[in-house]
Amino acid sequence: MSEERQYSVMRDVVLFAALGLLILFIFVSQGPVYSLRMMVEAGCYAIIALGLTIQWGYAGLFNVGIMGFIAAGAATSMIVSFPQNADFWNSGGPGLVAMFIVKLAVSGAALWAIYRSERWGIGPKLRALLTAIAIAVAYLVLSEHMAEMSDEIEQASGWMGGLGMPVFVGWIVAGIVAGVIAWLVGKICLGLRADYLAIATLGIAQIIKHFLKNADWLTRGTLTVSPLPWPVQTPADGEFIMARASYLTVVAIAIVIIYLLLQRAYHSPWGRMMRAIRDNENAAASMGKDVNRRRLEIFVLGCILMGFGGAVLIHFASIYDPSGFLDLNHTFLIWVMVILGGSGNNRGAIFGAIFVYIVWVMSEPVALMLFNLIGTYGQAWLGWEPPSDLASRALQMRVFVIGLTITLVLRFAPQGVLPERQARH
Amino acid sequence: MNELVFFINKGLVSGLIIGSIYALGAIGVTLIFGILRFAHFAHGDMMTLGAFVTLILTAALAALGITLPVPLAFIAMFPAMVITAFIAIGLDRTFYKPLRQAGARPVVLVMASVGVTLMLQGLIRLFAGVRARDMFIEAPKEIFRIPFPGATRPVIVTEPQVLLIGFVVVAVIALHWFLTRSRLGKAMRAVSDNPELARITGINTNHVVWATWIIGGALACAAGTLLSMDVTLKPDLSFNILLPIFAATIVGGIGQPYGAIAGGFLVGFCETLAVFNWSILLRPFRDELWFELPNSMALVPTQYKLMVPFLILIIVLIFRPTGIFRGRVLA
Amino acid sequence: MSLLEISDLHAGYGQMSILKGVNLTLEQGEIGVIVGPNGAGKSTTLKAIFGMLNITEGSIRFDGKDITGIRSEQLADHRIAFVPQEQNVFPTLSVHENLEMGAYVRRDDFSSVMDHVYDIFPPLKDKRGQAAGELSGGQRQMVAFGRALMIEPKLILLDEPTAGLSPMFMSQIFDRVIAINRTGVTVAMVEQNAKQALAIAHKGFVLAGGRNSYTDTGQNLLNNPEVAASFLGG
Repeated sequence: MSEERQYSVMRDVVLFAALGLLILFIFVSQGPVYSLRMMVEAGCYAIIALGLTIQWGYAGLFNVGIMGFIAAGAATSMIVSFPQNADFWNSGGPGLVAMFIVKLAVSGAALWAIYRSERWGIGPKLRALLTAIAIAVAYLVLSEHMAEMSDEIEQASGWMGGLGMPVFVGWIVAGIVAGVIAWLVGKICLGLRADYLAIATLGIAQIIKHFLKNADWLTRGTLTVSPLPWPVQTPADGEFIMARASYLTVVAIAIVIIYLLLQRAYHSPWGRMMRAIRDNENAAASMGKDVNRRRLEIFVLGCILMGFGGAVLIHFASIYDPSGFLDLNHTFLIWVMVILGGSGNNRGAIFGAIFVYIVWVMSEPVALMLFNLIGTYGQAWLGWEPPSDLASRALQMRVFVIGLTITLVLRFAPQGVLPERQARH
Repeated sequence: MNELVFFINKGLVSGLIIGSIYALGAIGVTLIFGILRFAHFAHGDMMTLGAFVTLILTAALAALGITLPVPLAFIAMFPAMVITAFIAIGLDRTFYKPLRQAGARPVVLVMASVGVTLMLQGLIRLFAGVRARDMFIEAPKEIFRIPFPGATRPVIVTEPQVLLIGFVVVAVIALHWFLTRSRLGKAMRAVSDNPELARITGINTNHVVWATWIIGGALACAAGTLLSMDVTLKPDLSFNILLPIFAATIVGGIGQPYGAIAGGFLVGFCETLAVFNWSILLRPFRDELWFELPNSMALVPTQYKLMVPFLILIIVLIFRPTGIFRGRVLA
Repeated sequence: MSLLEISDLHAGYGQMSILKGVNLTLEQGEIGVIVGPNGAGKSTTLKAIFGMLNITEGSIRFDGKDITGIRSEQLADHRIAFVPQEQNVFPTLSVHENLEMGAYVRRDDFSSVMDHVYDIFPPLKDKRGQAAGELSGGQRQMVAFGRALMIEPKLILLDEPTAGLSPMFMSQIFDRVIAINRTGVTVAMVEQNAKQALAIAHKGFVLAGGRNSYTDTGQNLLNNPEVAASFLGG
């Protein structure tokens, strides 16, 4: 073991030990019920951060739409695992939904056929025209159907309800749905320059957000969905601590499995190829490696983890509120976790996620207290009338801190706190 | 004819207004993209910031008891543009320039601009709160009702809309003059075309970068102010306006200011016409139609307006990633 | 005193060293041609003159001044012009604007230089309003030369000016190089077409493995059987 490597192992141990002490301190000072909740949420963010760290650290992809993938995963899992709504199944709703899926599949197949129509000797101009027509027709048909379907379902049964499947199935499907969305976005943008992926992911996140907010038939809108099922005993059955501790165990097991799989992938030929591409795209491309294909793989994989993490997070919250946890700025909280932890370092991502989440949660009461203090003294000493929305303003301070952290880390510690360990072969 | 007037008011005028705003934003974004080579995610908040600077100056003018034939905010906008331009240069020196000099990849600069946008957002909302504000402090906004032959309803144009259109026309002519006639303007185009060659030729990159931020910052301030004058000043503009502006930039071809203007109007009109209720325009012909006219016949429901720029963006990225005006070949 | 004096230059990208002792001297008014096999460091030698790579040893003197390690934006101040092999015009700028940009560092009246460039390259005069990116390869090369001449350079560096051009254009380019040289401009040129290039050269430098293997007059190198055997294809 080289000295450098020994040093970096030592540093990991020290940092994680410090993190452990911090967690212990919170357990003692805030009590186990609160601390367990915080730890479960931090764990969910760790899963999401792992998804981001492979995208950014392994492949240099800038994903601005994390919140969109999280929301898509959360909604999917809610639908898959929530108990069925008998009213819906007894109405004409299922038929409409089935028809919608059929129409969607037909449109998708038609578009795919046009996309691959080169082999039947169709020129690029005609292909573009056909695609435009197909998109327009599919859009009109689908939006017409969706309008009718949503009216029908909302009148007959309020909303669609879930499918009543086991929670784990919901989580897996959540990952798959997020992955499919990522595949579509990645397929379009990954051949182009890096900025385009950022713009497109921003767009897709906003669209997912608007869709979930407005599709009452699917998500019950402002009425919210609760209680979401847990894979373990819920606190409703009594013990808060036991229930949360079991949930935390599930999350911890998920993190360990994901971490081990990622480490394996990192040291496999596939992982070496990924790093080769990141470090020198041109060299890798000239060696005949399909750079865009590898990037697409990693983008989809990362988004699967984000969708999965979002699902785990929403089930723990137990209430699905489509307008609740969609603040786009949370995307950048996850970015802070990753770049602070050191991009491309899975341990760093876990460390960063837990540490940053704790700071984030703790900063809320601190910011409020600080601002109340300023308000009180300002009033007493200067006769300053504090604005009525002081509390919401105080929370904006945290947005400022996220931004400041990002710019400072980029400038002064581009490697993060736990830089990627140079693997030796 | 009232239906036609409705179409002019809700379709054409709205499209023109929002298109102008997008165009003003997209000019800055496309210049920054072309010269500094990154997508500037802080542009939306720069617009908000500029509008707030204007609001503060307007309040100061109003407090001094000044009244003018034009809205005070419009007058205050010009010094605010200067201030915003300086802030833009300051942001560049503090946050982007060090990264550029360290040879950071463009995507790192994109990320830094996200950091900057969050900081601006936090600061603006910290000091100004989150509620919407009216830019017309001293007097209500004037509304022009232009009678339309054969219709009982008039075409409605407000004072800020007239000012906006006038400003855009002047700004575009001035920009055209600057880019094609002045030494610095030509140098900007040269750097955007081929930065390596520009350096070898001895073009002072620093001056070009300053000019870029001055134009980008000033126009962002104008766009933010004029948009706020048309509706209200809302501090939550930031990410919501980025997508249409980026779409306009990419449609027009990166580094192409004229493309950005065209792209801005294209996105603006597509957006308003997509959410426009076409059944109103068809109502006079309802007896001759072969189908029953539904009450609402919009291509896109209003709440999904954002779909429009996104779809435009996706279609351009698939079929013509260089934009319709052939921006630089991208890699 | 020589105009350009590169002595014992060691340079490379990052850790990788490419030049391992290049010597090159040009007198005022000469044409110097650098030839050699691929990867010998020909273009690298030109680029080393303006700080595109790390110089670890040796020095570059120009017109009596030490210019080792100057940055590319300072080239024009020393009245050195560089014509890259590819992407050597501003494609969306018109021909005229390309020339104006060439004179960016000049604050004096350069209209006579501009007329002179149009005289050397008559086709450009007709196309002066057209975007440079729309021109043919040969005409683009003329724009690139013209742009470089706008500062009235003492030294012009040409990186494989005939690469990718048809043989007809190739000889035209060499004619232009001679014409430019006759106006008193010193030329340092990297060339693949070694025979034609050495034929017009006052001095030739054969590089191999990042150092000089032969240095002589162009004519002597052409007549040197060893050089002919190893570099000029027999």
